[in-house]
Amino acid sequence: MSRTAHRLIGPEEPLWAPHHPEADPVSLHTLGFWLYMMSDALIFAALFAAYAVLDHPYNAAGGPQISDVVHPVAAFIQTVIIFTSVFAYSLAMVGLKAGNRAFVIGGLVAAVLLGAAFLGLELRDFAVLIAEGATPDRSGLLSVFFVLVATHGIHMVFGILWMLVMIVQVAMKGFTTAVVTRLLNLRIFWMFQASIWVCVFVFVYLNGAYR
Amino acid sequence: MLVHLQGAWNPWLGRLTLSQIPYHSPIVLGAFAFALLAAAPIVGLMTYYQKWGYLIREWITTLDHKKIGVMYIIIGLVMLLRGFIDGIMIRTQQLLADGPRSAAHLQAVHGYLPPFHFDQIYSSHGTIMIIFAVTVVLTGFQNIIVPLQIGARDMAFPYLNAVSLWLTAAGAALVMISLFIGDFSHAGWVGIVPLTELPYSPGVGVDYWDWALQLSSLGTTLGALNLITTIIMMRAPGMRWFRMPFFTWATLSTQTIGLTAFPVLGVALALLSCDRYLGTHFYTAGLGGNLMLYTDLFWIWGHPEVYFIILPAWGIMSEVIPTFSEKALFGYTVMVAATLSIAGLSWAVWLHHFFTMGAGPGVNLVFSVSTMLVGIPTGVKVFNWSLTLYRGRLRFETPMLWAIGALFLLLVGGLTGMMLAIPAINYTVHNSVFVVAHFHTMFLVSVFGIFAGLMYWFPKVFGFRLDERSGRRFFTFFSLGTVFVFAAMYTLGLMGMTRRLDYLYNPHWQALLIIQEFGIFLYCVSVFYFCKMIYVSIRDRAKEAHGQDVWRTSRTLEWMTLTPVPFYNFAVIPVVHGRDAWAMRRDSGLTATSPGDYEDINLPNNTIVPAMLGALAFGFGFGMVWRIWWLAGLSLLGIIGLVILRSFADDRGFTLTAATVRRMERNHEDTGIVTDHISPPVAELALFQ
Ligand code: HEM
Ligand SMILES: [Cu+2]
Repeated sequence: MSRTAHRLIGPEEPLWAPHHPEADPVSLHTLGFWLYMMSDALIFAALFAAYAVLDHPYNAAGGPQISDVVHPVAAFIQTVIIFTSVFAYSLAMVGLKAGNRAFVIGGLVAAVLLGAAFLGLELRDFAVLIAEGATPDRSGLLSVFFVLVATHGIHMVFGILWMLVMIVQVAMKGFTTAVVTRLLNLRIFWMFQASIWVCVFVFVYLNGAYR
Repeated sequence: MLVHLQGAWNPWLGRLTLSQIPYHSPIVLGAFAFALLAAAPIVGLMTYYQKWGYLIREWITTLDHKKIGVMYIIIGLVMLLRGFIDGIMIRTQQLLADGPRSAAHLQAVHGYLPPFHFDQIYSSHGTIMIIFAVTVVLTGFQNIIVPLQIGARDMAFPYLNAVSLWLTAAGAALVMISLFIGDFSHAGWVGIVPLTELPYSPGVGVDYWDWALQLSSLGTTLGALNLITTIIMMRAPGMRWFRMPFFTWATLSTQTIGLTAFPVLGVALALLSCDRYLGTHFYTAGLGGNLMLYTDLFWIWGHPEVYFIILPAWGIMSEVIPTFSEKALFGYTVMVAATLSIAGLSWAVWLHHFFTMGAGPGVNLVFSVSTMLVGIPTGVKVFNWSLTLYRGRLRFETPMLWAIGALFLLLVGGLTGMMLAIPAINYTVHNSVFVVAHFHTMFLVSVFGIFAGLMYWFPKVFGFRLDERSGRRFFTFFSLGTVFVFAAMYTLGLMGMTRRLDYLYNPHWQALLIIQEFGIFLYCVSVFYFCKMIYVSIRDRAKEAHGQDVWRTSRTLEWMTLTPVPFYNFAVIPVVHGRDAWAMRRDSGLTATSPGDYEDINLPNNTIVPAMLGALAFGFGFGMVWRIWWLAGLSLLGIIGLVILRSFADDRGFTLTAATVRRMERNHEDTGIVTDHISPPVAELALFQ
């Protein structure tokens, strides 16, 4: 018998919680997904730190400087597009509240198309730079520029893929708990990518062009 | 944009050629023979008793957090043995290759290992021990124990949990296969740049190290978010924050570190991969690369990682010491605060790993002070454990022996850490074996904690106790080995012996090297007793079988469950009335495991998908290492496709009816242990029916 530092349990106190409800799947997945986003945020934090370290004329190694490679106006157009895409996604969420499948699918399709347009502009930007000889293997500065922007781009690709899957699932299954949870989490993901893009736009494009 | 490599490459096999299999090295051949010898009887017996189906149905496809935890621990212990063999080889080389007149064996000029091979061995030793042995075993414990301690039926995301396990397994498999196909990194577990860059490491070794770490770190991050969500969301009614068992708090702090630190490692490694595959210049010595970028990113992960490893061990000590002192943990609230502040501080000290790299006195001062600050909560913990022991009714059963041993090691490791935190001292001993001895003493705290946990919780998970007699011998020889190896190593460090030497230039070190080798011999003896302990315990399992509460003085909720724990954990979720919930119940005479009327329990079906994802991740890693693009590409597509496919399956899970639960629980009352072994069906089998 151990020494009791604690009180004893009285006879009237309940010992069991029969039919204890399982944790609500939506809040469970939402919390899990927020935590996942936190780890994603750290990936970007590390990349921005790397950018800050390598964003120095010295790291251009005699090649193009950052002001030679960034086009803030084009990037601003990308910014507008990505936020319109987020807006379209938000409209899909309005459709979700109304329980209207067609509305949701329409919003998702618009978000996908705008996301694809964003990526198209980014790829064109990359193609031009590479044609000019400003390739990632030219210097440390260009390495981090390409990798930071492309990491965001890859996130966008997966976001679009996810939306395509959700379009099919909404059409096939309607608003089951799993589908709704995924739509809500995808919203977090998509908005997060837009916010990251704002940081990229400010730190890389604006800061690079006008300092 | 792909880097053009020198040497053979073809589209089917990438860089892989027959000559990459090191059959000319007698040591690798020996290892291969050993692996075969170890595997053959297992495979043979499995086939003979037709256990493959059982293995797949009950283990490979399982989503049960306890089985997943057990598999983590098995993987970790196997890797611990592998790392230990590496350690023996390192020590033996240094003993043999001391002084210009030292003898040469095999293909070496001194000792028996050529430098390149020696470098691979210490690199794999460090990588394996830190990432694939200690981390993995501790993750296993957290998997098994946390849901039980908080009164939950499973983790928040059982499927994701299995994915984490199989990603870790894929990483471990990559490390293991590097032994027989190609070679492993020679650049240390920290991956010194620019040595890891392509011009200096053109082979596949660094890539093996890189992808193995990358896969397992992904697994760890996913595991972290799973455990955190579990702790926040799945606690039984009445289990308020400050009623949580201490091990659960330790897990929460640990996994917070895991969630936030491992992505940084991922980035550090990914940028290295960019350098090696795409020719970028993140860490190269020229063209605008920055070596310190790697060093900083690595240690921003690396220091939190060392706390990722030690906090769970401290959690185990905080469970074992109260149980065998027969009183509550002293200063619970302070302990919680100390653990959380250590987790927080662990983020602010990374620069102490490179005081000597020219950051300047101002920066060094800041990091010196922040490092010493860690000593405060750590000291608080030591005092709290000591005060838990103080006037306790101490029982020195094996788990307690390990926990007390860990306490002493912590003292030594912590004090030498404090010495290293002073830049003036650090300049003289940095990169000497004094540092190596410091962190080994610290990691051994974790290893002692692991064995404490193994002895402590084994009966809960398997239903019988580990043999006490051979367990004590195991402890004795292991501790003696530790003293001999590391007392000598501290001394050698102060005498100026630097780390990672394949040849020692000073014959005066011979005596201390022999002492170390003797310590290694004692470790070997301890391994023998470990095996004996397992053997004897399994042989006498009927005699050593135990019910619910083996130690009779344990305090936390996991001891309330039936033994071995049925896969649903709790037939009915208990209500928690205070801290040390089980001790409260026991002292109130309320030891029933369930109220007597039961309910249907719904749990997820087993599924093969996580194991397949693991296999594909292995294929991806292997393809990347050898630059077999089709393999890597197909594996990646396979992973994405499988994840999407699985998202279409609506798995309603498996319902265990109240009647079955009743039968299982009643059976237990008759026999004392759980005899039914029902487990959920494999979801994919339904596709074929
Ligand atoms: C009181 C707490 C601690 C302090 C003050 C401390 C201090 C230090 C310092 C200053 C160094 C750098 C030495 C050098 O390279 O010159 C160091 C290295 C190291 N410490 Fe600690 N430490 C502490 C706890 C731990 C713990 C808990 C662990 C692991 C479980 C650990 C593992 C390591 C490792 C792995 C290294 C060196 C890694 C390498 O260079 O390969 N330390 N420690
Ligand atoms: Cu450190």
